Amino acid sequence: MLFAVKKMTEQIQHIDPKLFEILETVSDPEIPVLSIMEMGVVRSAKIQNGIVNVQITPTYSGCPAMDVIGDDIIKAFQEKGLEAKVELILSPAWTTDWITPKGRLALEKYGIASPLNETADKEALLGNKKLVKCPQCGSFNTKLVSQFGSTACKAFFQCEDCLEPFDYFKCLK
Amino acid sequence: MREKYRNMNNNLVQYIFSIADNSLILGQRLGELCGHGPSLETDIAMTNISLDLFGQVRSYYQYAAKLIGNDETEDTIAFLRKERDYKNVLLVEQPNRDFAYSIARQFLFDLYHLLLLEELQNSSDATLSAIAKKSIKEVSYHTRFSSDWIRRLGDGTDESHNRIQTALNDLWVFTDELFHQTDAEKAMVSEGIGVDVTQLKEAFYKRVNTILEESTLQTPTIEYFQKGGKQGIHSEHMGYILTELQYMQRTYPNMTW
Repeated sequence: MLFAVKKMTEQIQHIDPKLFEILETVSDPEIPVLSIMEMGVVRSAKIQNGIVNVQITPTYSGCPAMDVIGDDIIKAFQEKGLEAKVELILSPAWTTDWITPKGRLALEKYGIASPLNETADKEALLGNKKLVKCPQCGSFNTKLVSQFGSTACKAFFQCEDCLEPFDYFKCLK
Repeated sequence: MREKYRNMNNNLVQYIFSIADNSLILGQRLGELCGHGPSLETDIAMTNISLDLFGQVRSYYQYAAKLIGNDETEDTIAFLRKERDYKNVLLVEQPNRDFAYSIARQFLFDLYHLLLLEELQNSSDATLSAIAKKSIKEVSYHTRFSSDWIRRLGDGTDESHNRIQTALNDLWVFTDELFHQTDAEKAMVSEGIGVDVTQLKEAFYKRVNTILEESTLQTPTIEYFQKGGKQGIHSEHMGYILTELQYMQRTYPNMTW
């Protein structure tokens, strides 16, 4: 967990503290309980010549949420009377390590199992070991249904105890 | 207009097309399976892979549009070029005859794609390197999916074994083209920007062989290979793909969502 926190500070160091609160009100349209800050997609935010410049990075290349997130950021600043510009950057590439501890908790509460570490993730997705915890009942007696889920970033699982199907957020390194 | 074409023929732009067009055309082929996959899970998987590929294509085309300048955009590059201007390999335009064909095509392309991106990460061009680093995470997952299905079909029932073997036999003729170098590629390799695909050939066939062996499948052996796509000379399928792909922009020029 310490590692995640360290990563998080690395990730937020380019963010002007004055802008943090506004950025936190923007959520991922696919996972409304999660703010883009918790998701780790905001790479930098600063005010230059009276204009807010925000850099975001996509979770997956084809993620259709990015355009909406960009528009929502501009709208959020507009409501506070600020003009904002959003730039999409690719490097360094997003990783699930940038999801904050608070974000992981929000995912679980919403019914999405949060990403395991790289090795465990591989074992789980190959169906070798039961490592993914059911977000509904907490059982580890779960099975992979499909390597691809409702969005590119998730795989589809089912709990064999409570029988609920659920999404698992894949580890991306 | 003349200026535009000169920029279009710029080696770097042509090089970007040779990489990105593969993902565009394969993405379009996979998109055809939306609602037609043999099961819900495979349907979702194929279209998710398609989405990843389109996402990668957007990054490449946005970069190419910037290099070309004028009014060029990612959309004009995707939707308004003529058939001969697309530089994708013949493999990716082959149709979804059955699930085995789609998987065999995906498997052969994924293994090549992964090898290419592993090298492209080291490109001296910062944008191409960044796109490669981003894409490689997604393509590793695609490779896992398609390799897994090769094993399941190969080592499955007699019917699935025969179908995947037939698909591999038929598509094998398109594998050699992946390792043919165009002039634009040669120029980019000498500048440290491009990947020398001729160097990937051995590793490709080795990786393919290993997985086919695990899957109780025979590696096809043929003497003659088909090529042309990388020069813009495509198979009979390409016109149909572009007709569908370009329909909206050709019918309602400059339309937006």
